[in-house]
Amino acid sequence: MTERLRVHVDPDKCQGHARCKALAPELFELDEYGNAHEAGDGTVPPGLEDKAWLAKSNCPEIAIDVIEE
Amino acid sequence: MSDVSQPVAHPPVTDWVNDFDHTDPQWTEDPFSIWEELRAASPVVHTERFLGCYMPTTYEAVREIANDSEHFSSRRIIVRDVRPEPARNAAPPITSDPPVHKPAKQLLLPPFTPDAMKKLEPRMRAICNELIDGFIADGKVDAAARYSKYIPVQAIAHMLGIPEGDSDLFIDWIHMILELGIKDESKLLQAVQEMSAYFRTHIEERRTNPTDDLISYLMNAKDKEGNPLEESHVLGSLRLLLIAGIDTTWSAIGSSLWHLAKTPADRERLIAEPGLIPTAVEELLRAYSPVTMAREVVKETTISGCPVKAGNMVLLSFPAANRDPKMFPDADKVVIDRRENRHAAFGLGIHRCVGSNLARMEMQVALEEWLKRIPDFRLDPAGAVTWSQGTVRGPRQLPFLLGKAM
Repeated sequence: MTERLRVHVDPDKCQGHARCKALAPELFELDEYGNAHEAGDGTVPPGLEDKAWLAKSNCPEIAIDVIEE
Repeated sequence: MSDVSQPVAHPPVTDWVNDFDHTDPQWTEDPFSIWEELRAASPVVHTERFLGCYMPTTYEAVREIANDSEHFSSRRIIVRDVRPEPARNAAPPITSDPPVHKPAKQLLLPPFTPDAMKKLEPRMRAICNELIDGFIADGKVDAAARYSKYIPVQAIAHMLGIPEGDSDLFIDWIHMILELGIKDESKLLQAVQEMSAYFRTHIEERRTNPTDDLISYLMNAKDKEGNPLEESHVLGSLRLLLIAGIDTTWSAIGSSLWHLAKTPADRERLIAEPGLIPTAVEELLRAYSPVTMAREVVKETTISGCPVKAGNMVLLSFPAANRDPKMFPDADKVVIDRRENRHAAFGLGIHRCVGSNLARMEMQVALEEWLKRIPDFRLDPAGAVTWSQGTVRGPRQLPFLLGKAM
């Protein structure tokens, strides 16, 4: 059984670099100011795990958590 | 008045660790080895030049300062020889501190989201191709003067709604503010006055003929209480958008082409795998970050264990942070498929560059269109590459030979 992943953006840390949206558009959304939040409840659909980790490791503000459930 | 007195002498630097000077010709030519020496000495170094200035040399120290607006103010954002009293509404939000920073920033963000940039992309591709049409038959070109310079100028002119034909005027103002202004206050003041007069004329025109551009957007913007912005705020933000959007991206596109001109393997890979261009753009932004910002220490504190005293400036070198080997493996190599890249080319913290999505789009489009039409190019051995001095680093002359080497 593979682990399920969930992504979360800390809104206090996000500064709108939008790297997550560029790297994992299925997992993140941007608001009218360009600041990011996770799509839906942040659950990472199977097959997109790599993109979740990629988004996390490219966020300059260290605002993204990937939670293994 | 001390701020228009004799120019300050800048003797050649012999002791970089205790006497650094980012306007020294050696820094302009090759800052990378200097940063390495400074980083080996301390996470924070100091110079008596510029009336006293620190420089954080590690990624971590840069992040600490960027995230600390309590001790480090943005009221002065260029390290210069003089410290005239900062103008109110100099260039909000880049010159703003909390709490006035946030509303000023939020005002500018919506026109610069990735979705907004997508709408601009076709125009950018057309601009790039028009520029290439102008020189491709010549077999050689100064890519800084004929290509990388005009892409961001025309983009921001298009967004602001001012004539793209005024490009050379904008470039003169920027040179006066960001380069000559470090040592000559009168040049900076002259440029600021001329820009304000220029924008006032455009504002006046829009009072009778409203348009769908950033000037009209800012003229009609309201603050949280529903009041229109002060004229000085509108002019300050317009000056910021014009200055910040031009020689920064000019530099980034130029440095990228310079790298590709002398690295055929990277060029060939990007032509074979154009999908890698966005990743390569991030790496080129890391390795050749153009923009160094500044802060003013307003309250004593410590950074990475080093005491920092009020009254000094801080040279906030995002480019040096991006070369820190503790943060980036092979920091001195350009790895165009680097997977993990938390580079700070657009700053960190609340002052993250408002135009970062625009700059990224311009860089991607500029490289894509260039490589499609000019897959082979190299530095012209008969010419010389020159680099800008001071706050924004990039090639200002970039002589290339186009086509396969004979």
